[in-house]
Amino acid sequence: MRFKFWGVRGSIPSPGPKTVHYGGNTTCIEVRGDNNELLILDSGTGIFPLGQVLIPEFPLKAHIFITHTHWDHIQGLPLFLPIFVAGNEVTIHGAADPITQRGIGEVLSRQMEYAYFPVREAELNARMAYLDMQEGQDVLVGGVNVRCMLLNHPVLNFGYRMECGGKVFIFTGDHEWPYNIYNPDDAEYADYQQMADEQRSRVLDFFRGADVLVIDTAYTDAEYPKRKGWGHGTFASSIEAAREAGVKRVFLTHHEPTRSDTDLDAVFNEAKKTHGVGRDGDPQFELAQEGLMLEI
Amino acid sequence: MAINAEEVPGLVERMPAFPQGVTKVLDLASRPECAPKALVQVIEHDPVMTMKVLKLVNSAYFGLSRPINSIKHGVVYVGINTIKNLALSIAAIGMLPKSNKAGFDMNQFLTHSLGVASVAKLLATHLGVADKDATDFFVAGLLHDFGKVVLAQFKPEEFRLCLDHAAEQERSLHEVERETQGISHDEIGGRLAEAWKLPPALAHAIHHHHHPELGAEEANDGMCEAVFAANQIVRSLGFGDAGNHLIADFPPSVSERFGSDLSGLMSALGDLSGEMEKARLFTQL
Repeated sequence: MRFKFWGVRGSIPSPGPKTVHYGGNTTCIEVRGDNNELLILDSGTGIFPLGQVLIPEFPLKAHIFITHTHWDHIQGLPLFLPIFVAGNEVTIHGAADPITQRGIGEVLSRQMEYAYFPVREAELNARMAYLDMQEGQDVLVGGVNVRCMLLNHPVLNFGYRMECGGKVFIFTGDHEWPYNIYNPDDAEYADYQQMADEQRSRVLDFFRGADVLVIDTAYTDAEYPKRKGWGHGTFASSIEAAREAGVKRVFLTHHEPTRSDTDLDAVFNEAKKTHGVGRDGDPQFELAQEGLMLEI
Repeated sequence: MAINAEEVPGLVERMPAFPQGVTKVLDLASRPECAPKALVQVIEHDPVMTMKVLKLVNSAYFGLSRPINSIKHGVVYVGINTIKNLALSIAAIGMLPKSNKAGFDMNQFLTHSLGVASVAKLLATHLGVADKDATDFFVAGLLHDFGKVVLAQFKPEEFRLCLDHAAEQERSLHEVERETQGISHDEIGGRLAEAWKLPPALAHAIHHHHHPELGAEEANDGMCEAVFAANQIVRSLGFGDAGNHLIADFPPSVSERFGSDLSGLMSALGDLSGEMEKARLFTQL
């Protein structure tokens, strides 16, 4: 299995001279199975350059797994070149919207409505398919098994665990570790904490033994208190979870759009120092970087 | 047959929640700093919102591997913002009217339901049930008479007759319902809970709250007996009114569970006025 980052930025693209090293595109990761199966995690603006390099592979089969439908994870989809070319088959997997009770297929068709885009979803030349996923469901793409789990964000968000040839790659999408909504002196505090702890250990089981974990690490520990409830992880929460789950290699992602390359290096170095990263048995921690390609 | 249990889920989909819950959800959700715990508290004191939120989180949309028993449990699994938007979508349907053709007082009903919920939770603690599971007893108490809201909303004339007959003949409402309509509110509520895949113990407690001796619960933690007992206790206290004034004796399964009869259990619980006042707060607009 191998993977490549095409977008590592959270919230909004951040192009410019200060972000050339880590990249300015929003979330998109290409994953390839041992038989070159094409799986794509999220369709932020990073999916646009990916679409361009796929031309030599046409006609192709692509499986896009959407972690959740916030803009920064879907905004590149209408400009993903393969969907316009006959002979290609593109399948989009993700969670249905429980509020409107509409399936994942609406993500693309609503983005491509008259007011927002000149081409309607119905006019796409590729063969499009949409599959709503449920928690715990396994989807087999060639030799790659994909399992999803609900993680905590202000919309349904699936983390995906991809396994192929004995190797495990995990992407959280956006995720904030469940926190107690009660104060310690509230009667409900202890019960809620127990439920939150149970959920945490379920998520750690989902991460367990991963060769690579790509995890939402939007905030520094100092930034977090003012952003609690926004649905993102911190350096502290990601480092701690990866250690507990016994993950081998960790890529921290969803970089803040306001952070320059220099800022990112600085906050990462600070976090490594604070949390003693590099001690015996530690996972290998790195910042996700656009363009980085690795074989697992 | 006046009401077909098969059609109930479809009817309830479009049923609005109580004015108290709807007003508070709209108010809280309009504040940028809406505390999650305040929102949870409002939802878990409205039978319609609770029923619908539990329906959703236990539905195929999530396909969660384990049943979700309470609103708090739902928040941990699917996140506060999804629960908030779901509550808003329920609030957008409108509010249950205060009066209906059945002459069934929704405010008194809500008072009764909240009273039974509170006492059922106390009884859980009395039975030594762990605190985190005592919340499930509250939910069962809150939802035990859900079938009556369905009847008042969708079969008001038939329900009116049942209420009148039960009062005139001094009989249990559920018996009159069964006799004249072929189905009673406990069965309607229970079958709805089953159709919506609510946790089996909860569906069971709703379905058998007048006959806890029928069938054993899977968990057998006394939820059904607690709801039965709480129902009699709240009626004895004259707290709220859900159209049935008869106080039933404890059947053997209930007296065995609590080791006493109704008056003994009430003495053991002591003064409940504080609990009832807390419950009453949630009936105010």
